[in-house]
Amino acid sequence: MDELKLYTYIAVFGTFALYFAIAWWARAGSTSDFYVAGGGITPLQNGMAIGADWMSAASFISMAGMIAFMGYGGSVFLMGWTGGYVLLAMLLAPYMRKHGKFTVPEFIFDRYYSKTARIVAVICLIIASLTYIIGQMKGVGVAFSRFLEVDYGLGLGIGMFVVWVYAVLGGMKGITYTQIAQYVVMIFAYTIPAVFISLQLTGNPIPQLGLGSTLADGSGVYLLDKLDMVVTDLGFKEYTTANLGGGLNMFAYTMSLMIGTAGLPHVIMRFFTVPSVQAARQSAGYALVFIGLLYTVAPAVGAMARLNLMNTIEPTAGQNLEYAERPQWFKDWEQTGLLKYEDKNGDGKIQYTADKATNEMIKVDRDIMVLANPAIANLPNWVIALVAAGGLAAALSTAAGLLLAISSSISHDLMKGVLTPDLSEKNELLAGRVVMTIAILISGYLGLNPPGFAAGTVALAFGLAASSIFPALMMGIFSKKMSGKAAVTGMIAGIGVTMLYVFQHKGIMFIPGTSFLGGMGKDWFFGISPNAFGSVGALVNFAVAFAMLKVTGPAPAHIQEMVQNMRIPGNVSAAHDH
Amino acid sequence: MEENKKAYWQENLRLIFICLAIWFAVSFGLGLLLVEPLNEFRLGGYKLGFWFAQQGSIYSFLGLIFWYGAKMNKLDKKYHAEG
Repeated sequence: MDELKLYTYIAVFGTFALYFAIAWWARAGSTSDFYVAGGGITPLQNGMAIGADWMSAASFISMAGMIAFMGYGGSVFLMGWTGGYVLLAMLLAPYMRKHGKFTVPEFIFDRYYSKTARIVAVICLIIASLTYIIGQMKGVGVAFSRFLEVDYGLGLGIGMFVVWVYAVLGGMKGITYTQIAQYVVMIFAYTIPAVFISLQLTGNPIPQLGLGSTLADGSGVYLLDKLDMVVTDLGFKEYTTANLGGGLNMFAYTMSLMIGTAGLPHVIMRFFTVPSVQAARQSAGYALVFIGLLYTVAPAVGAMARLNLMNTIEPTAGQNLEYAERPQWFKDWEQTGLLKYEDKNGDGKIQYTADKATNEMIKVDRDIMVLANPAIANLPNWVIALVAAGGLAAALSTAAGLLLAISSSISHDLMKGVLTPDLSEKNELLAGRVVMTIAILISGYLGLNPPGFAAGTVALAFGLAASSIFPALMMGIFSKKMSGKAAVTGMIAGIGVTMLYVFQHKGIMFIPGTSFLGGMGKDWFFGISPNAFGSVGALVNFAVAFAMLKVTGPAPAHIQEMVQNMRIPGNVSAAHDH
Repeated sequence: MEENKKAYWQENLRLIFICLAIWFAVSFGLGLLLVEPLNEFRLGGYKLGFWFAQQGSIYSFLGLIFWYGAKMNKLDKKYHAEG
């Protein structure tokens, strides 16, 4: 076994052992432990757990790669996935914590006094969470197969088993403490390579500053200016100004991601675990500290990876790399099929340009940027091993949070709330664990046989959260009069418009050729891409709900009084059941 | 009592309005709508608009959440509304 593999085994299985130990120490004894960790998590702990919960395989592995190839256009992800926490801290989390229930659909049921509303919320939650989990499971499989050369399916199975142990045993309590450990693993794995690379390129160890510094090669040129020059010389769009589908599209996209973030149930749920309203506000701040740490490093990772890649292929202008002399990491990634070269002009050298006819790097998968980065920069093997453990921590921690959101919505909202109200606490706890086991099996199956539409599903998850859950929650708190029927109509209208738009452009359930009004691109509504349409759906939701309110009349007096109580922190008790 | 609740909520709404105006200005304003004119200015190697979009907006969000939290804690004390 070579050194790299040995280190990787130690890093991966060492962290797994740590997660198991924590799970055993923090196992859940009651439904309150299982759903909200007994309501005794401190804001600092909760902030870290939210960070791990939120930052998925997509944040850890894909985001910097997307930024590397989109340049300025990648800003929509940076702003969109952080700005939502401002909305959470001011518009949702404190009031929902004050209300003090276990799940998001339960809050919607209380506020809109309607089982239909609860069921609509459960359905949105399950679709959004399941589609999200598929991505995490794929991340686990890829990390195992790439770093340990284990079969993809076996890697996925190991990942499922690890999540099963600590999520089913510990519920929210076990998940919270494991997520804290996973955050620490993840942030070291992300920032250490970035610090090294920033040092190499600019002499500044802080990546956020390195990105704005001059290059260390003595030329006195700023890193970003150099990158702009290199990419435009080869015909690519200028890095620092490259747009993503026009100004309006970037605006709508950023807004969709922000309100989608604020509306994702597995994130909101975490705010039910702290002891007070003040602690809920504070945990949103800490969460953004921990998330911001990774998100402000990501643009540096992206830009530096792109520059390193360009410099490897064309060390000085016109002097291209001989294919026969390509470095080891190039060969490794060629084997995975994520990197492909074709010698079109037969000169044995690598040409990488924006022109399809002459470009010989016919495939450079965005996802390899973070994973290959340490190798591209010639970093020591233990750093590469750490990145493997970090990627797994990112995927596992998010999967666990999503699984809990799914199992609580079924055992607490569907079973205890609607179908079998006389379920005892002990049996509800058992049901939660059984449902979670089933959810793990389903998501494992979907990770192994990803449905054809897996790639398009992020649009669906954020679209659903943005167009249905966020407006319903916000109106529930800020409009005392909003009635149940009006809110449900608004939710259904919002989802309807968003889904129609996504399916029209990407095919019904993403099946190609079934889009009913014509193809993509040209017919976009004001140039807004399907991924960015959740914000339009949210507008429709608000408009329809307020129009319907005129028809249905205001909510009953006792509901208005409940909203009044939600707004004042007052005497806050621990989250309780009914 | 009712008067107090109303006043508390009004003050809270005013704070939220201020915070969200800044939230909108730093991200959608400086990072997206005004990015081109701002890019004429520089912050070290960063074009200023680009910096707001990829760094500055996130730092501003952080400041906003903690500022709002601190202001609200004071407000809770003022109205004896803390939990």
